[in-house]
Amino acid sequence: MNTAYLYSLIAVVLLGLLAYIGAEAAGLEVLFGVIIPYLALIVFLVGFANKMLDWGKSAVPFRITTTSGQQKSLPWIKHNRFDSPFTNGQVVVRMLLEILLFRSLFKNTRTGFAKDNQHITYKWVLWLWLFALMFHYSFFVVAVRHLRFFAEPVPFFVSFLEQIDGMLQILLPNLFISGVVLLAGASLLLLRRVFLPKLVYISRPADYFPLFLIIGIAVTGLMMRYISKVDVVRIKELTMGLATLQPSIPEGGISGLFYVHFFFVCILVAYIPFSKLMHMGGIFLSPTRNMANNSRAKRHVNPWNYPVKTHTYEEYEEDFRDKMIEAGLPVEKE
Amino acid sequence: MNDKNKIIAGLVIFFLVLLFPFWFNLIFGAADASTAPEPKLTDKAKEAETCVAETDHMRTEHMQILDQWRDIVVRDGKRVYVAENGKEYEASLSNTCMDCHSNKEEFCDSCHNYTSVDPYCWDCHTYPEETK
Ligand code: HEC
Ligand code: HEC
Ligand code: HEC
Repeated sequence: MNTAYLYSLIAVVLLGLLAYIGAEAAGLEVLFGVIIPYLALIVFLVGFANKMLDWGKSAVPFRITTTSGQQKSLPWIKHNRFDSPFTNGQVVVRMLLEILLFRSLFKNTRTGFAKDNQHITYKWVLWLWLFALMFHYSFFVVAVRHLRFFAEPVPFFVSFLEQIDGMLQILLPNLFISGVVLLAGASLLLLRRVFLPKLVYISRPADYFPLFLIIGIAVTGLMMRYISKVDVVRIKELTMGLATLQPSIPEGGISGLFYVHFFFVCILVAYIPFSKLMHMGGIFLSPTRNMANNSRAKRHVNPWNYPVKTHTYEEYEEDFRDKMIEAGLPVEKE
Repeated sequence: MNDKNKIIAGLVIFFLVLLFPFWFNLIFGAADASTAPEPKLTDKAKEAETCVAETDHMRTEHMQILDQWRDIVVRDGKRVYVAENGKEYEASLSNTCMDCHSNKEEFCDSCHNYTSVDPYCWDCHTYPEETK
């Protein structure tokens, strides 16, 4: 039995119960609806900036030329511009492909044994790439759609996105595709880590916890929209209070389910700077992706070099020439 | 490489995008954005006093009632809906809801605009013209 995911699951369930009981029974709406959200935002901003600046301080003394293509060399050798970029422009393209299309995951291979159980095989496996694309893009759309709760008037791009996201026009309230894809993507990423032995072996609670948390967010969100309805108008009153810095808990109350959802989001936001989720900022600093492979054409001096006190042979000879000549040692300058 | 300045620039841009709601509402927002609109009742609705279900229930689940009505009419051919309180209604969006709530702009739309909901029902179904 793998306890790593049990602990994470239990942690998420307990956090959900905490918010539910806190808001429904203990009357702690102000805590869960105002104080914790602001705290979470502050923790995120400070933690995120701190982490990025800290990473920025790490020494990167030379170009790391890990590439997957032919570098620019002689004119008759074909240069692979985006797998071994030479100019900054090419680096930008490589970074964009990485960030927007997850090219590293696209190159994912799985190691295994061939049928004869003798030879090792490397199979090109795209599932991780596919699930990751599903998950990240739907999460992005869901996040942007939520701006309808944080902006009044609602900006045009939010309504536009809702139109596209709801184009299936099934169910009432209208089904948003992104919500379902988000839950599916996060669940599939979780199932990989639960069922593939090699992944179970390398997975820790810190891998399961964010997945359970995000699944918790998606499930509570979908529930509020399609099953156990909540009063959306009052929720917008609350969130607009937060966004205009005049927080208040709307009269009439909001279902505890909303506070569970909101609390999960706050935890996620506050947790990001201290977790693997920092890859959202870290990807920009990936040393193997963000440097041009041009060390052969351009000299890169390590900016961390401090001035080293040197004493060259010329200076040495200058100091001791007379004595050297006296002792009969050869000198370069008479 | 020493990219401190680039990192700081990136952080500033990221935080500006992230904090969009705060500056957007400050610049473009309505002053009373955190007070929800009050849906206005018509005289006819006031007279009827109650909706097809309890008010709190209507606030959150009116679209599901409409969904149910649509199904019983279009699939089962039943045009009568018996409410919990025993009253009978014709299961019709335009003839029932929009009869009591004939002020679509001041009633349905007041909530829907606030929460960015844009039901596509009106592509086909009609509602009474506002008369002032
Ligand atoms: C108390 C505010 C309020 C009033 C009044 C109101 N609505 Fe709504 N309506 C909402 C909210 C909020 C939603 C979105 C619910 C959600 O996202 O879960 C909604 C959603 C809907 C939907 C589903 C639309 C979609 O695309 O998902 C329909 C249909 C609808 N309302 C019809 C009506 C009609 C018809 C009226 C007038 C008779 C009306 N509503 C009055 C708040 C209101
Ligand atoms: C017989 C007249 C009547 C009919 C028919 C009717 N309503 Fe109502 N509706 C009312 C009244 C009266 C209220 C206000 C109840 C109150 O204030 O307690 C109301 C309240 C509501 C509310 C809550 C508004 C608020 O202030 O929170 C919604 C949403 C709503 N109706 C939607 C509908 C929809 C959708 C239909 C059709 C399925 C419908 N109504 C049919 C009379 C009617
Ligand atoms: C493509 C056009 C179209 C759209 C869009 C549409 N409907 Fe309908 N609807 C119909 C037709 C056609 C009927 C059948 C009318 C009849 O038999 O009286 C109907 C019937 C209904 C009925 C029962 C009969 C009546 O008079 O109202 C309800 C309730 C209903 N629709 C609700 C909705 C809601 C809610 C939406 C939006 C989410 C919607 N419809 C969107 C075409 C449409």
